[in-house]
Amino acid sequence: MAEIALRGITHRYDGEGDAALNNIDLVWENGGAYALLGPSGCGKTTMLNLISGLLTPTQGIVAFDGVDVSGLPPTERNIAQVFQFPVLYESMTVEQNLRFPLRNRGMSKPDAQRRAEEICDLLELSELRRRRSKGLSADAKQLVSLGRALVRTDVAAILFDEPLTVIDPQKKWGLRQALKRVHQELGHTLVYVTHDQTEALTFADEVVVMNAGEVVQKASPDVLFERPAHRFVGTFIGSPGMNFLPASRDGSIVSVADIDLLDVGDAAIPDGDSELVAGIRPEFVTVHPASAPGRLPATVKRRQDLGTIYQLELSVSGERVIAKVAERPALAGSECFVEFDPGHLMLFHGDRAVDGVTPRHRGAGGAAPR
Amino acid sequence: MSAQLKPRDNRGWLFVLPVVCTIAFTAIVPLLMVVNFSVQDIFGINRVWVGAEWFIDVLQDRSIRDSFWRNIAFSVQVLAVQIPLGILLGLGMPKKGVMASVSLVLMALPLLIPHNVVGTIWQIFGRGDIGLGGHVLNETLGITYNYAQDGLDAWLTVLVMDTWHWAPLVALLVYAGLQSIPDDYYKAAAIDGARRFAVFRYIELPRLQAVLTIALLLRFMDSFMIYTEPFVLTGGGPGTTTNFLSISLSKIAVGQFDLGRGAAFSLLYFFLIQVFCFVFFQLMKRRQ
Repeated sequence: MAEIALRGITHRYDGEGDAALNNIDLVWENGGAYALLGPSGCGKTTMLNLISGLLTPTQGIVAFDGVDVSGLPPTERNIAQVFQFPVLYESMTVEQNLRFPLRNRGMSKPDAQRRAEEICDLLELSELRRRRSKGLSADAKQLVSLGRALVRTDVAAILFDEPLTVIDPQKKWGLRQALKRVHQELGHTLVYVTHDQTEALTFADEVVVMNAGEVVQKASPDVLFERPAHRFVGTFIGSPGMNFLPASRDGSIVSVADIDLLDVGDAAIPDGDSELVAGIRPEFVTVHPASAPGRLPATVKRRQDLGTIYQLELSVSGERVIAKVAERPALAGSECFVEFDPGHLMLFHGDRAVDGVTPRHRGAGGAAPR
Repeated sequence: MSAQLKPRDNRGWLFVLPVVCTIAFTAIVPLLMVVNFSVQDIFGINRVWVGAEWFIDVLQDRSIRDSFWRNIAFSVQVLAVQIPLGILLGLGMPKKGVMASVSLVLMALPLLIPHNVVGTIWQIFGRGDIGLGGHVLNETLGITYNYAQDGLDAWLTVLVMDTWHWAPLVALLVYAGLQSIPDDYYKAAAIDGARRFAVFRYIELPRLQAVLTIALLLRFMDSFMIYTEPFVLTGGGPGTTTNFLSISLSKIAVGQFDLGRGAAFSLLYFFLIQVFCFVFFQLMKRRQ
């Protein structure tokens, strides 16, 4: 087990042209359970392959516990990796599959067998132990692939590249729990790549959000939800994502649609007020029939019943705002007033969040349940 | 109910008729003629019913039996040489870039050459007086080599020639099979610390099984019916050393115009091939 550090990593697949990863500095701490989250093609898999040694970075250093391993092949890095689609040695039985990585590294056969049996028990594969792996179902196959990663005791980290894509939704939850259990028992560093935010948020202690070859934010699931550091995080995390409204500034007071909402105080704001944007999650928008200080006039465009809550599409001075409300709201077409929970209203300049902003109003609504 | 779902329409027969006629004309009627010949002794217009005598005669014929074992030995050697060689070539061919195309074209080149031309090329190439191969072996390396006089030389020449002609087919099939293995398998093997031979043994070989079965079948059938190359090279000689079944058959049926014997021989040959096909088919089915 080790701390894995990426220093100044840039990777280009063809040696020049667009970078798949752009100047990444990141540390995976020993024993952490991390999720690597981002849309398809943002460089997640590239990053995993750089860590495991399947790729060598164009620039920068990969270090395990401070030792530069950038030039080492995967065999010498002690990394386990699970791929999106099950990879099995089809001519072998399930337990032969599990023994394979151990035997390749010179573990004695009885030891390897004991270890394989332990992992079979852990993943509930014991009944299939002597079956040839070729005829297994898709999720049993992926379990065996997971098992081949978990079976190794000496690994610096286990990397998962969207491993549950082929698994039935009902079984996904159980598998994620199994992975968490394994993590608690063995204490490996786990890095879990996914583009599914629920998967990332339920699995990980800390989530690294990537977009277009860059790390946008590395934080706990709560912080990603409450305090996105980048507009991309606001949009990508949450369902639906954060609402954004153009804002303007007069002195230290920031207003949206001529209603004063925020006080930036002496926070450092870069030049160019036209790039100021206010952000609020749909969960923190409340709808009221009457006007009050800090409320913005709005029109209800559409109402959607999501079962336990309603999702409203509103128009606030021409901008589209989504609200999630618990009580039965006004009908489509009606006029109303919206209030943004002051504790959760954020200010962005360009794409980046502005820190040290205080709300102008206390607000009466309070936060709606998430 | 089923009659309603599947209406009888006898017009279907009309569409099959041309094929039935063609096959009857080119295959069924000639085959029945052969059966007809095989049970008679024919001298011009005089025909004598002989029953199974020709068959017994052919089965007891020493030289035909020798030819049969020669065929088996040849096919076994062809498979033992060409399948491993084809696998090695397929593994060695570059997977990407210009060199991949170049090697594909070079590999396919021998496959485009007709059998008798292959025979002629090697017949000249192996000659001691005007052939480069024969000259180098005899004069430069000092190995006495003469396919026209030495049986082993003739045998090896046919084997080498056949390998030159057909090992590329195995290589191309293997190459195609290798292309279909997802990259993740190789990555997983690298992560699992597998050495090169383990990658071949546990990833490549299992995934090449289907392709190799086809290669085995094709190469067996082709080598078992070998005719043209030894015919062009030595006409089955020297002596009877390259006298394969098909050469014996054509000597009897076309050379000596011994229709009864030839017919019985060819029917047995035909039956033999059917048996091999059946065995192969059963093996393939069991694999799947």
